[in-house]
Amino acid sequence: MSQSKSPSLMDSSILAPAIAGAFKKLNPRTLAKNPVMFVVAVVSTLTTVLFIKDVATGGPSLGFSFQIIIWLWFTVLFANFAEAVAEGRGKAQADSLRRARTETQAKLLSGEDRTTFRLVPGASLKVGDIVLIEAGDIIPSDGEVIEGIASVNESAITGESAPVIRESGGDRSAVTGGTQVLSDWLWVRITSAAGSTFIDRMIALVEGAERKKTPNEIALNILLAGMTLIFVLATATIPSFAAYAGGSIPVVVLVALFVTLIPTTIGALLSAIGIAGMNRLIQFNVLAMSGRAVEAAGDVDTLLLDKTGTITFGNRQAAEFLPVKGVTDEELADAAQLASLADETPEGRSIVILAQERYGVAARDTHGLDATFVPFTAQSRMSGVDMVGSAIRKGAVDAVLAYVNRTAAASGTSGTTLATRATADVVRNLQGIAGQIARGGGTPLAVARDGDLLGVIYLKDVVKGGIRERFAELRRMGIRTVMITGDNPLTAAAIAAEAGVDDFLAQATPENKLDLIREEQSKGKLVAMCGDGTNDAPALAQADVGVAMNTGTVAAREAGNMVDLDSDPTKLIEIVGIGKQLLMTRGALTTFSIANDIAKYFAIIPAMFLAFYPQLGALNVMGLQTPQSAILSAIIFNALIIVALIPLSLRGVKYRAVGAGALLSRNLLIYGLGGVIVPFAGIKAIDVIITSLGLA
Amino acid sequence: MTVNGWMQILVFCSIIILLVKPLGGYMTRVFNGDRTLLSPVLVPVERALFRMAGTSEREEQRWTTYSASLLVFSLAGFLVLYCLQRFQGALPFNPAAMGGTEPGLAFNTAISFVTNTNWQNYGGESTMSYLVQMAGFTVQNFVSAATGIAIAIALIRGFTRASGKSIGNFWVDLTRCTLYILLPPCIILTLVYVYLGVPQTLGTYVDATTLEGARQTIALGPVASQLAIKMLGTNGGGFFNVNSAHPFENPDAVSNLIQMVTIFAIGAALTNVFGRMAGNQRQGWAIFAAMGILFLAGVTACYWAEAAGNPLVHALGVDGGNMEGKETRFGIALSALFAVITTAASCGAVNAMHDSFMALGGMIPLINMMLGEVIIGGVGAGLYGMLLFVIITVFVAGLMVGRTPEYLGKKIEAKEVKMAMLAVLVLPLAMLGFTAISTILPTAVASVANAGPHGFSEILYAYTSAAANNGSAFGGLTGNTPWYNITLGISMWMGRFFVIIPALAIAGSLAAKKTVPESPGTFPTHGGLFVGLLIGVILIVGGLTFFPALAVGPIVEHLAIGLGQTF
Repeated sequence: MSQSKSPSLMDSSILAPAIAGAFKKLNPRTLAKNPVMFVVAVVSTLTTVLFIKDVATGGPSLGFSFQIIIWLWFTVLFANFAEAVAEGRGKAQADSLRRARTETQAKLLSGEDRTTFRLVPGASLKVGDIVLIEAGDIIPSDGEVIEGIASVNESAITGESAPVIRESGGDRSAVTGGTQVLSDWLWVRITSAAGSTFIDRMIALVEGAERKKTPNEIALNILLAGMTLIFVLATATIPSFAAYAGGSIPVVVLVALFVTLIPTTIGALLSAIGIAGMNRLIQFNVLAMSGRAVEAAGDVDTLLLDKTGTITFGNRQAAEFLPVKGVTDEELADAAQLASLADETPEGRSIVILAQERYGVAARDTHGLDATFVPFTAQSRMSGVDMVGSAIRKGAVDAVLAYVNRTAAASGTSGTTLATRATADVVRNLQGIAGQIARGGGTPLAVARDGDLLGVIYLKDVVKGGIRERFAELRRMGIRTVMITGDNPLTAAAIAAEAGVDDFLAQATPENKLDLIREEQSKGKLVAMCGDGTNDAPALAQADVGVAMNTGTVAAREAGNMVDLDSDPTKLIEIVGIGKQLLMTRGALTTFSIANDIAKYFAIIPAMFLAFYPQLGALNVMGLQTPQSAILSAIIFNALIIVALIPLSLRGVKYRAVGAGALLSRNLLIYGLGGVIVPFAGIKAIDVIITSLGLA
Repeated sequence: MTVNGWMQILVFCSIIILLVKPLGGYMTRVFNGDRTLLSPVLVPVERALFRMAGTSEREEQRWTTYSASLLVFSLAGFLVLYCLQRFQGALPFNPAAMGGTEPGLAFNTAISFVTNTNWQNYGGESTMSYLVQMAGFTVQNFVSAATGIAIAIALIRGFTRASGKSIGNFWVDLTRCTLYILLPPCIILTLVYVYLGVPQTLGTYVDATTLEGARQTIALGPVASQLAIKMLGTNGGGFFNVNSAHPFENPDAVSNLIQMVTIFAIGAALTNVFGRMAGNQRQGWAIFAAMGILFLAGVTACYWAEAAGNPLVHALGVDGGNMEGKETRFGIALSALFAVITTAASCGAVNAMHDSFMALGGMIPLINMMLGEVIIGGVGAGLYGMLLFVIITVFVAGLMVGRTPEYLGKKIEAKEVKMAMLAVLVLPLAMLGFTAISTILPTAVASVANAGPHGFSEILYAYTSAAANNGSAFGGLTGNTPWYNITLGISMWMGRFFVIIPALAIAGSLAAKKTVPESPGTFPTHGGLFVGLLIGVILIVGGLTFFPALAVGPIVEHLAIGLGQTF
């Protein structure tokens, strides 16, 4: 399941089973799922029976009929083959998953205080059972950690070898059956019975066993079935027309016309396209719980993106030191660096680095300073350092101001002038700077030394490079992006402007997130979002495309209709692209298939009626050699085009982030106009080949 | 082809284009229940009618109720018309003392007028009493046209309403359409036709002695009033047997122009109604453009074929175009234009005999009808037929932009596709199915006047015209036989109601959907690209089905004539 390159089409490990699969799928029950190919199989059987009868009674032109019948069956087999190849690619992935699902023994806890356990087979676990998992154990089934913390190797499902932390409570409490605990221990409450675990579902999904037809696929099948019926009428009425003209037409020729006219190309490739779409997601390490979700991804109008991790790097970074009047940049940088030396948070690190790189404050060794570091607490909302004769604090502006006032009051008795230096003027100056930073979307950190206000550190949410262009791209595709953040509206607006999102939801809570989704949906829009926490679950469930992070809670994973194994929220954008590609591929091949009919009519109609209306030879615009070669060429082209298009249906039509109009004209030119022209050339070429081979 | 001929075609097209917007605006106001110029007079009338019918303009119907109302209304119309014909001998206004029509013919004719087809297996002046013509046919000419328009409006409401349950009120739509849209112009047109020399009388037929001394009965009747609605409602049922080729039914070039314009007027304007109701007139113009391009292609082909004339006749030393079956007062250009208009628009009135057209000239009317009468089409029927093709087009190609296909913000899903395909399927079923049976049925083949492909075309044309609810006849086929009366009747019934019900089902399904706001990712349906695409789908999905039939009919006939062969 790693992100290794997908097996190529020509891979013999896929081809050989696919060829066998093509024959296995001749089972009428399997064929019946695909109306177009089922009809082809029925008429192929009919002509085969008639052929056998002709052979027995010595009918005319047996060689020609035989060739037609062979190609009719090839048409069915090629369709089956396309589906088998698509499934084969998934099967390879399923096999590697299956290896993870080895039989395990589980330590089922019992007793009130859960002190004792007994070994039971993993498969016998029921939902609600509580098991102990210790270092080295394979987690027997999906569950939720209720006690303990452990590092877990989840490479079996994510392909990522670095271990992840799983702990009770919070958003990292879900464990997946088949993964392995590397250190420590966990108490896990089982949430899935054997056979319905996450890995089981993944296997079923990638194998396509649970594949249900998606709404668009159903509608497309109706269209194709309808067109098939229309062509039943078009061909079934021909014998009487011929009889009126005093001629007759062999059944095999009628069948050939019929099969070439009905949309076999798209009919044959439809399910392969769907399976390949799911596979593309899987190669991307995203699991769609249904094809419906993939399709919905293509339709998404609004993307809800979490600010943190998607739009910005998770952490704020120091961007600038802004001293108050009378303090130099270097003075402030020096103090800020000292206060941050022991601060291991990304913010603290970034302050040290900024001081060093921008202001040339040399790195200092914490040990040589004889300093006591004051850690950040939620109460003080400050951190800093106490050195001999000097104390530096940095923190939230109001907290630092309060600290300065306290210091001044305390030292007032000793008669120093410190308090007077923190004049109202300086405070106003500092608050002014801080306000400006806040309005710009940054976070101001005030710095004070020995009761003196020095200035402000400008902490900035750093927007990821290239994200602005991605959003512009989405806008061209007609997708609106909404940034979700817990920040205040001011900060949110500034980041939204910088990142180029269309809208933002500040001070987001699970409730207003859900409201936002409902509001968008009430306008008829489809909404996609990703989330990981339990409190995201309602929104994930409400969204049309809910991508749960694999690191997330069980609740989130159950609520979403996709799981991102890499837990990378940026992927939402790619998921939309894959969904669109799936729909486009279907549309392109449908158009191509229908456009093909023009050439096929011109190949077969003159050939068909030539015996009694030789004048119709004028319609033989391709100049095909004989009526028999014309009919044979058309049916061969019809069969071979399926094989020729398998790579395209698996790969998908190239997707570009341009407006619908441009996309349409491009695809229409390639698949519409191409669909009209290609068969003329193809049928002519086949005609030349088979006549030179003496086949017809 | 002559410059003069093309100028006449151009004049016609310009008038239609100029009519689209004002007429569309007026009709939109009528169906939205807004005040119009005629409101002061007609509002009390419609209120009284609603009260009598026990309905109100505020009462809305679901698509099922709407369909049921429509079906009940059509059934009632059928029964009344059938009875009127059967018992006309005992009823008043029968100066020529016509006897009751026989059941097969009465069945065929009743269906024909209820379905807005106006296929006529009878000669009006020699079969039907004035009462049947006036109280039967003329009434149906109005209400069958109004029914068609009502369906189109209901379908438009489906596209334009969001999350709604109802699609309007059939009785209100029917009444308003008749009162505001059909009646007022018909009153004026009747007077104009009378001025131009069309008879309007309840008097008896006139006996005359010709210059040679032969005695002749000249048929008269309330012609002008029926003529007006025959065109405006795209009915096409002639008062006289030869329809608008008869000098009393189409005296001169002016009456001919008025007739052609009135055939297209409402159908063309409905595209604008559609655009207005959809909130973007360009959507309407796009559909109009698709219709217009197909129409002009048809006119060009037909005019060319007729003007080129018959090589077999040329070989005899007679130059010029094909004038067989054409009135000299209209000539080739206006006959070809009329033929294309009448078949594009599901009217079926003729001013020349299509049977006598060149093979390809006669193929154009055939193709127009096979495409499902969507080129302007019957009033209402043309628009809803076209919208069914739009649904298929949007579905086939819409996926190519990477979204679930949408049209006017409505997602096109399984139900819409199913219904649209059902409607598209019924035409080849009736047209090709009955033709196939008839061509091998000796009694049916016996009705054919010509041997070979032309005879085939006659049968094909009959069923095509019936199923498309056109009503024009190729001629040459003796239609008043039990087989044709029954099967053509069934074809008309199928072609009407098996398209209407799916269309209304789609309206109901669409009305219930949310409207997705337009974005740059939305499939654009008001530009040239869409127009081209729509035409392509109409020709491939709607047209290619008939290629084999056309090949063994007009195409082979044309090729044979080129080789000097006859059948």
